[in-house]
Formats: sequence, C-alpha cells, structure tokens
Amino acid sequence: MASGIKDKVAIIGMGCSKFGERWNDNAEDLMIEAYVEALEDAGIEKSQIEAAWLGTAIEEEHVGKSAVPLSMALRLPNIPVTRVENYCASGSEAFRGAVYAVASGACDIALALGVEKLKDTGYGGLPQRNRGSVNDLFWANASAPGSFAQLASAYSAKHGVNKDDMKRAMAHISVKSHDNGSRNPKAHLRNKINEEKVMNAPMIAEPLGLFDCCGVSDGSACAIVTTPEIAKSLGKKDLITVKALQLSASNGTEAQHNSWDGSYFVTTRAAANRAYKEAGITKPRDQISMFEVHDCFSITELVTMEDLFISEEGNAVNDVMNGFYDADGKVPCQIDGGLKCFGHPIGASGLRMIYEMYLQMQGRAGERQRKEEPVFGMTHNLGGFPHQNVCSITIVGKEGA
Amino acid sequence: MEVGILAYGGYIPQSRLQRSEIAKAHSWFNPGLMGLAKGERAMANWDEDSVTMAVEAARDCLSEYDRSDISAVYMASTSFPFMDRQNAGIVADALNLSTSLQTLDFASSQRAGSAGLATALQVAKGGSGPILFTAAEKRQTKAASPLEFTSGDGAAAFLVGQGKIIARLLGSHTEAVDFVDHFRGEGEAYDYNWEERWIRDEGYLKIVPSAISALLSETGVKAEDITTFCFPVAARGVAGMLAKKLGIPESAVADNLQANCGETGTAHSMVMLSLALENSKPGDKILVASFGQGSDALLFEVTEEIKSLSPRKGVAGYLARRYAETNYSKFLAFHNLVKLERGIRAETDKKTGLTTLYRNKGMTQAMIGGQCSQCGTAQFPKSNMCVNENCGAIGTQEDYPFAERISKVNSYTADRLTYSPDPPAYYGMIQFEEGGRLMSDFTDISPETDIQVGMPMRMMFRIKDYDDKRGFRRYFWKAAPADASNKGE
Repeated sequence: MASGIKDKVAIIGMGCSKFGERWNDNAEDLMIEAYVEALEDAGIEKSQIEAAWLGTAIEEEHVGKSAVPLSMALRLPNIPVTRVENYCASGSEAFRGAVYAVASGACDIALALGVEKLKDTGYGGLPQRNRGSVNDLFWANASAPGSFAQLASAYSAKHGVNKDDMKRAMAHISVKSHDNGSRNPKAHLRNKINEEKVMNAPMIAEPLGLFDCCGVSDGSACAIVTTPEIAKSLGKKDLITVKALQLSASNGTEAQHNSWDGSYFVTTRAAANRAYKEAGITKPRDQISMFEVHDCFSITELVTMEDLFISEEGNAVNDVMNGFYDADGKVPCQIDGGLKCFGHPIGASGLRMIYEMYLQMQGRAGERQRKEEPVFGMTHNLGGFPHQNVCSITIVGKEGA
Repeated sequence: MEVGILAYGGYIPQSRLQRSEIAKAHSWFNPGLMGLAKGERAMANWDEDSVTMAVEAARDCLSEYDRSDISAVYMASTSFPFMDRQNAGIVADALNLSTSLQTLDFASSQRAGSAGLATALQVAKGGSGPILFTAAEKRQTKAASPLEFTSGDGAAAFLVGQGKIIARLLGSHTEAVDFVDHFRGEGEAYDYNWEERWIRDEGYLKIVPSAISALLSETGVKAEDITTFCFPVAARGVAGMLAKKLGIPESAVADNLQANCGETGTAHSMVMLSLALENSKPGDKILVASFGQGSDALLFEVTEEIKSLSPRKGVAGYLARRYAETNYSKFLAFHNLVKLERGIRAETDKKTGLTTLYRNKGMTQAMIGGQCSQCGTAQFPKSNMCVNENCGAIGTQEDYPFAERISKVNSYTADRLTYSPDPPAYYGMIQFEEGGRLMSDFTDISPETDIQVGMPMRMMFRIKDYDDKRGFRRYFWKAAPADASNKGE
C-alpha cells in the first residue's frame, strides 16, 4: 500500500517572474528571473541541484522542444533535465517530477521550472494551432473560451440557474480576482473592475465576455525542493511540505460516452478525492485555508469549487455571491489574482500557484497577506477542454499539519 | 424492360440573399441592375459546395431506401470542387455506399445535368442495379454581373432504374450544337457571356424546339398532352414562348423558381424536374428540356407508384427551410469577391495528410463510428477499446454509421475568438439518442435559430476546412437544427 507523498518533501526556495506582456524578454530571460529568486530564497549553490524539470506547453511559440532550453538558460552542469508537457498542468507536472525524484531518494535537491512566452503571436488570446493530424479531421473548431463556455449552458440547464444569475456570479468571480490582482505587484492585470463592466463587455464565446477570460501572459515560476531532513540541515525552519500530488486524465468517457452531462469536471472530482485522502484531509471546506484554482474562465472557477467538494453541487453560485471565496471571505480563492489577473503563462501557472501558497504560509505576501495563518493550501490546474482534459492537484502545508 | 425514375430528392441551401441588396450595392455602376432587384436567390453557406449539396439531395432522394443495391453514382456540375479527383466518388463515400460501384462526373456544360440523367437512364436499360444521379451547382459569378442575381445554389438527385418506377421514361432526344452563348476557359474563374437577345432568338427559340419536336415525334406524344414543361433558363418568358411555339399548354409551363431560388446552373433542369415530380399525379407527362451547346429533351410519364413513395423534404421542403439574408457583404466574403481582413488566426495551415485521410476516411467522410459487440455501446470515433468504463473490451468494435442519426444538444457556445469564415463559430456537445456523442461543429445556425440544451440536431456533410495553399478541402459532418421532418417521428 503506497504511503503517498505527505511530508516527504519540503519546498526550500521559490521564485516567480513578473507576469505580463514582456515584449522585450525572451523565454530565457523569464526563466533566469524566476530561477535567481528561487536560488537566493533557497540559499544554496547551483551545484547542489541534482536534477531539473522544465514545464512548458506551447513550445513551438518560444523555446522549441526538449529540456535543453532550460539547461542552456541556467547553464546547468550537465545534470539530468527533463521537459514535461501536459496542457495547462505542465508546470505542476514539472513540480511533480522534482518532488518524486527527491521522495524516491534518487537525488537530494531538485528544481522545477515552468515558463511560457505567449505574446509573440501578433494577436490576443491563446495561439490558434492545429490539434494533431487525425484530430484536425473531426474536432470542432473550438477555442479555449468556447470549450469552457459550454459548462455554463450545461450547468444552467442542470441546476435550473437562469442565464442572468449565472452571468452575475461569473462576474463576481472576475471582480474579486481583479481586486486581488490590484494588490499583487507581479500580476499582469492590476486594474479594479465592477460587475457592470464585466456584464457589458464584448462577447468572446457565449456566455463568456472579455472579463470572464484570463490574461494570456509571458512568465516563469520556479521551485527548489528537498527532503525535510536536508532542509533542516540547511537551517530552514517552519517547513512547508508537500501533502498531496494528484493527477487525473480523461479517458474518453466525457467525450464519447453519454454518462457525462457537461456541467462538471470528471477528472477534478477524481483527483480531489485522492488528494484529500493523500493529505489526510476529511473536511476540506473547513480544513483548506486557501485555494488557487484554474480560473482560466470565470465559469471554470465556479464549477471547480463544487468539483473540489467545497461548495455543494448546485450551490457554488450562492457561495460566490455570498463572498465565501473573496480575499476576506471564509476560504479565499485566487488571493493573488489567479490566472485571471496574475496571468496565465501556461507552463508557469501551476508553479505560480504554489509560489503564492508558499509566500502566504511564510507571511511574505505583502499587501495581500491573509490575516488568518494558512495551514493547508490547495492548487488546481485544468488543462485541455471540459470534455477531455488533465487535472492536477497539489496540496502544500505546514510540516506535521 | 422499361426504365425510369425510382425516387427523387432535392436540396436548396437555407440562406436566400435578397436581390435588392445586391442591386443596392451595384446600381451606382450599372443602373440596369435595378431591373433584376426582385425576389431572392439561394446562397450556399461557406461550408457548402456542389459535392456537399449533391450529398444532401441524394440523402433526400434515398430516404429510407436500402442503399446496398446501388450500382453507380453519377454527378453533374460545372462547379466541381475537384478537377482531378472524382467528385461523384466523394458523394458515394459520404453516402457510405459499397466500393463495388461505377462513379462518373458529368461536366463542362449547362446541359451536363440533363445529359447525365439521360445517360443514367440509358445505362439502367441494360439491367444494372439502380443508379444514383445527382446534379449540383454553386456558380462563381462576378460581382455586379446579371448572373450573380439570377443564379442560385442547389442540387437534385434521382434514383433511376427498373422495377418500382414512379416516372417512366417515354423517350429522350439530344441536339448537339456548338452554340457558344458563354464559356469559361481553362484556368478562368468566371463565365464570359454574349448578348442575351441573340441567345434567346437564335439559341433557345431555335435549338430547343428542334430537340423537343424530335422527341415528341419519336414518342408519338402530342404537345397538348404535356402536363408539365420544365425549362430551366432564367431569361424571362422564354419557357412560355417555347410552349406557345410548340403547342404545349400554357398551364403546363413550370415555374423556373427565379423568384425564390434562382437558376441552379446545370442542376436547374433537374431541380425543376424534382419539384415537378413532387407536385405530380399518376398519368402526368413531364417534359424537361435544357440548353447548353445544344439541347436535351426528356419525357416522363408519372405512374401509380408515386403514391407509395416514402415522404421526403424535396425541393419544396428545402425552399420552405429558409432564412432571408440581407447581408450582401457576407456573400462577397464567402465567394472571395472582396479582400477581407481575416486576421492572423486565419493563417493556420490546414494541410491534410492524404495518408491520414485515407486511413480515417470512414470516420470523416461517412461518419462511421463503432459499436461494441459485447456491451452494445456506440461510440465516435471508433477505436479498438470500448469507451464504456464497465466494459473496455478490446477489438469488439463493429462499424456503426452515425450520419443519419438524430442527436440532442448537451452544451453549446457561439465562439467569436476562433477563426471562422462566418463568425461566431457555433459548436457544442451533441448526444445521439441511441448512444454516442461528439463535440461537433454546428452549421446553418441562422440569426433566427434559438439554440437550447436538448434541441434536436441532424448531421450534414460539409466542408470542414479549406486548404487554400494547396487547393484542397476536407469534409466532415456537422450538426444542424433538425426540423419536424427529421426527428424520426
């Protein structure tokens, strides 16, 4: 019986570049920015890093294939470096690789870095691209917003929520994330907005308007991990350890079998159940201190809070409207602005979420620091489409909690 | 053995461009166009071409007919998407017909439609299995040309052969005359036309009567006994003049559908014949004549069998499935008549691997999915492992065609971000009543369509992507709103 990852690995250093339209920086520049902060934070030498993982998703827009771009950017001394790609979970996958390497005893200290340079396409939104030679023959002409927008139609139909109430709750989610982003100096979008502005914005994919969609950004984030014992030997106190690492990939049931109604994420529910079990969490609504979920679109956040078993099914609209997930609410969600405002450089996003948890737990989150001391932080990535996707969940927390 | 028509079908695209809008745009240049500003013309959607329209007409024609004994598929058009790749073969593939089949394209003349039907009837005399004949047209016309006003897009299909014929062929006659009223040379996109008065006086009114007179004398049928006279040209009053000259009753002259459809090129004599059959009763004598470097004339007598033909939409049904398009700019864009800024997203390479296509031809062109022989679950696409989580059997998938099945909308969106020639791009999850589902492109969503979760949808064979770099296009099936006649009720 596997014992899980709980408390086997500690985070000793993290870094995150400023996210945004980094017109004058290459991916390599962003990688170095995140790495330098992480290495200084860890207080170790480059030579102590024994293995590294690079997470990036749309590599054809920037660094190209393989792990060589990371190894070259950081001038790593010919150590094992691996590149991982798993849609929007790519950054979390890099983290998983590094954490598992340390947990296995294969190395003492490992590095995970995620990066994406998306603002070289010449237009807004994610790059329009092909989906594979066979898929291109029959896949719908779907964009990311158009795919996720469909959650709203299926959710409304299932739970009898009228279009206006749905749109208003989605608007509240975006307003909240802009408020939070305004207090984050590294965030891509730092302007405050109001519900009326969200409701009246141009339509991108019905019912998602411009402000229901997250920013497409350039950026990088980095983590350095080791065992709790080594962390302590390096003089680290009040360790932040990994409590759970879970991943769930669609198997075609949602896309091809009529058992799924389109209103929720099959994978998120599977990964969340396993993650709570791995972390020993029995009452997530009471025990998780804060969330960074994959708010690529406002509707994704709304549905996800049910799939993580925090809001009861059909009740997320009420929790959202009651401010349960606001920065000063019971359980803040996207206290750093989320994908919506911190930004979404795909390969970096999973690590950026952990970065925020790490700062909050150390009381280093500045103006947006949560007053109540966080114990468990949960991050969630959802890559792909509601009907076929990858979900990754990470829980980090205070050692021994 | 006598031969004739076993079944008929038709298809007219749902958008009807208002001619007044074309005139509004161009009368500054040519005030004479105001004279053509009446009525509406059928306008193919951006994802339709003569092949996709032929497929729809053929589906209408075949209805519940067992397709397994069809021995040949012929297609006529002067607007084939492929110059070298048999277009009739694509039609046959979309209809999921067996490969033991003769396929043939008829081209290069406004007479190709009638000539194709006459040929099919002649071949059927030899006792082969039924022949599916389709004619379709999506003409390219210059902006501000009279043809732009008078043309329409559409298709017709007939199953011809022996046995339960609904209209028996009494005879046919062809006059071949190299009378060049218009032409389109190699590599040219548009027709070059000569003066209309000459075409009327020396062409229509001299060549067509020769063909009809010869036919009537060969068959021994008197002109006054003709019940319906189908003559497809758009020029006003010509059919009436011909009827008068030949002694055909004025009441027999069929509407050339100028008011509500437009002349569907080489398909139009066939579209008119299809509609004539739809409106006919046993004993009727239908004369159809065409014009194009000569004239074909065919004479049919409707039989009692027409009463037992299964219901179909037909030309009339598709004419009723209508949306009045008032945006002439859209027509210009669909036909590349304006240099539209399509944005960088439109630059994505739509190259099709021909090996990939061939290997997946059943999936893409015939929409064949799979059904597990162990648990009965249907799935699309077919794969070698059953999607049912409680089954998962390997190697149990049997071919399961989805194209004719009705589905319901599970979720949907209207996407303005992704590139589409006609934004927003509508798509969503559709769920088939007997199992199986697909995240599917939608088509023929008009501003009058109120999409709802649970709404019934019907698959239509359409162009998935254009590869302008290589002159290729790939086809797949899309979901369109089903109406009462499609719901299998």
